[in-house]
Amino acid sequence: MTVLTGVRVVELSHERGAFAGKLLADMGADVIVAEPPDGSALRRWGPFVDDVPDPERSLAWWHYNTSKRGVVIDLDGAAGRERFRRLVARADLVLECEDPGRLAGLGIDYADLVREGLVWVSITPFGRAQPGRADLATDLTVLAAGGPVWSCGYDDHALPPIRGGGFQGYNIACHYAVMSALTALLWRGVSGEGQLVDVSMHAAANVTTEMASYNYLVQGTTVQRQTGRHALETLSLPSQVRCADGRYVNTGVPPRQPKEYAGLLRWLRELGVADQFPEAVFLEMGAQRDFIDLSKIGQDDEVTAIFAAGREALNFAASRLSAYDFFVGCQRAGMPVGAIYAPEEAFEDPHFVARGFPTPVEHPELGRTIRYPGAPYRFEKTPWRIGRRAPRLGEHDAEVFGEASTPRR
Amino acid sequence: MTPKALGQLRICDFTGQLAGAGATKWLAAFGAEVIRIEDPVKQGTWDILRMLPPFVDERRGVDFGGGFNNHNVEKHGITLNLRTEKGRELLYEIVKRSDVVAENFAAGVLAKMGLSYERMKQLRPDIIYVSNCGFGHRGPYASFKTWGPIVQAVSGLTFTSGLPDREPAGWGYSYMDHTGACYMAIAILLALLHRQRTGEGQWVDLSCTDAGLTLHGPALLDWSVNGRPLRRPGSPHSNRSEQPARAPHGIYPAAGDDEWVAIACRSDAEWQALAGVVGEPWAQGPRFAALAGRLAAQDELDARLAGWTRGREKAATVAALAAAGVPAAPVAKPAERIDGDPATSGFGLWPTVRHSKMGDVRVDGLPVHFSKTDWELRRGGPCLGEHTEAVLGRLLGLSPDDVAKLRAEGVV
Repeated sequence: MTVLTGVRVVELSHERGAFAGKLLADMGADVIVAEPPDGSALRRWGPFVDDVPDPERSLAWWHYNTSKRGVVIDLDGAAGRERFRRLVARADLVLECEDPGRLAGLGIDYADLVREGLVWVSITPFGRAQPGRADLATDLTVLAAGGPVWSCGYDDHALPPIRGGGFQGYNIACHYAVMSALTALLWRGVSGEGQLVDVSMHAAANVTTEMASYNYLVQGTTVQRQTGRHALETLSLPSQVRCADGRYVNTGVPPRQPKEYAGLLRWLRELGVADQFPEAVFLEMGAQRDFIDLSKIGQDDEVTAIFAAGREALNFAASRLSAYDFFVGCQRAGMPVGAIYAPEEAFEDPHFVARGFPTPVEHPELGRTIRYPGAPYRFEKTPWRIGRRAPRLGEHDAEVFGEASTPRR
Repeated sequence: MTPKALGQLRICDFTGQLAGAGATKWLAAFGAEVIRIEDPVKQGTWDILRMLPPFVDERRGVDFGGGFNNHNVEKHGITLNLRTEKGRELLYEIVKRSDVVAENFAAGVLAKMGLSYERMKQLRPDIIYVSNCGFGHRGPYASFKTWGPIVQAVSGLTFTSGLPDREPAGWGYSYMDHTGACYMAIAILLALLHRQRTGEGQWVDLSCTDAGLTLHGPALLDWSVNGRPLRRPGSPHSNRSEQPARAPHGIYPAAGDDEWVAIACRSDAEWQALAGVVGEPWAQGPRFAALAGRLAAQDELDARLAGWTRGREKAATVAALAAAGVPAAPVAKPAERIDGDPATSGFGLWPTVRHSKMGDVRVDGLPVHFSKTDWELRRGGPCLGEHTEAVLGRLLGLSPDDVAKLRAEGVV
């Protein structure tokens, strides 16, 4: 029994919204994901298990459909639409990402199937009533037109701006879809009423740009991208450093408080390299002060030297350590820095392993137990969990409809 | 009047910056009474956004931070000196009348102040208490400090944004502050649903690095199943689409200064349509007709396509490609997507709020609409202590004289 146990969700499988269904299913909702007879398009996305392309071996399908049950529904046929109506009739929530107008054209949209208490969450590229070619939206186009891409990239503007990896354009919309679904369910618990929720992926990207949007809204300025740090109207100092093992770290905000200078100096001494760092004397001065007035940088020689020494000490330590040793050592010395991990490095890191992040899931057909990405949050009483591996095509037709389907393979 | 979806809820809000304040902004927009508790001694500057740009004019100070206003619309703000016994007592009375305590201090900070979940639960047994920090409250790095870019570095998001054989480009903003706020809101809403169904409260430990690490999806399974790391030669190349395998897929130069256009060909048919629009000899013929041929020569394909896009306005390229059925989009600059895009203005995405000192300011709205209980943002973020008297009066029955006395004693 966990938070959403007993909440029945019907999801029309789509790359745009599969992650939202997973977030609900991993918290206990009974999510029935409906695929067309030839399977969800996600099943054709790689990578595949052992690099063998097969609709049952798609890791994209596996990841985004944990804890769900799966059925086949052919919305282009009358019998399939009847199946969909039957499912919706006993659902608490519908999650769909069809291009605006498609379901209405088939007579199975919210307006056709509405009943007391039904919550219907629709994720579309631009919103249900906005202009734009929904059929041509992809993760790349959403992030480019929606603002995030403008802020990401390199100091060298001859290089293109960069789209961050991992389908974040879809993820952003899915987060808002889940927040919406839960808010609507809470209201239903109070009032008994359901409603239609219209999620715009484009709008979601637009309000996920931090200062790029609100600096423009408030003062009309345009931020400019810089390597590895916040896009701003003016250039800031670099914050990524290459360590002795060739990997990068983010050195964060340079030390500013006396206790940070003291911690940094103590750490350099522990490492036995303090005497090789010529500016160590300025760290000592910083540590001995009661207060360091940063507004005096550039005016007061001593403050300027202390601040510069703090920055330089981080670069110095990084040049002598691996990224991991720099990260852990510098954090223990009291400064917020981070190793720039590849995802698999974080997945194997002792902290994430100790928190139980890698989550084993049985795949009996393959005789394998696979480690999946784990919980985004830790509930004391109603834990996140992966209830089952993603469904095989039509796996739950019989138990859901009382009859098996005939998937086209 | 539109009913408020969360109008029955009161939130005792210790959050700050974006990673926390963004979560309670969602709740406030749907009508929850969110009461920010701030420190009168430090003038609320634990939330540094109170002081930081952008600014509407030349005025500066704790009531003029534009980012703070953006993330704290519709909330109430009170000051309480929690170092004093009286201040803690007042807080306890507020907690007794609250549904949720939300906080994003470093792990353990609130507990040290005598405000742990266990203590709050004694005051109100069904309290929901959501803690949000960089590495969570348990584990070897629980004491480590973070802000957005550090979370992004450690959770793999920085690494997966970039070009091969260069340092990571990363995210040019605190993407994980936005996303941490979303997960915090989800956690609060889930815990509220559980309480609605069972009457039980609980504590939630939200670690932003955990949340960030969930966002790589299939790539992490490629590691755990196939042993293929993302750190390998040629990887990442994040404007491309390795999985699903697509080409051409990238961001290409357009006419003008720092102008770019994104193009994403999903199929051979879309390639044929693109080749038709391009109309140049290199794009015709069998060489690039099938995906395998395009993937095998991606560098050349990208260079040739860039040669075609470079001389054209991005809007013209997007229009021509859309007409042919090829996914394309401008890399939009803030002005273009905020003041020049009917899909955002028509959605009502940039509402104007009234701030007590700044006046009328536009802010980020919410990217959703509800047919019956839609969100509403009208009031700006609270000035420091703006609602101390009103909230203590309404909630605890204190008179203005009582509050004046507390003020004289340094409690508020």
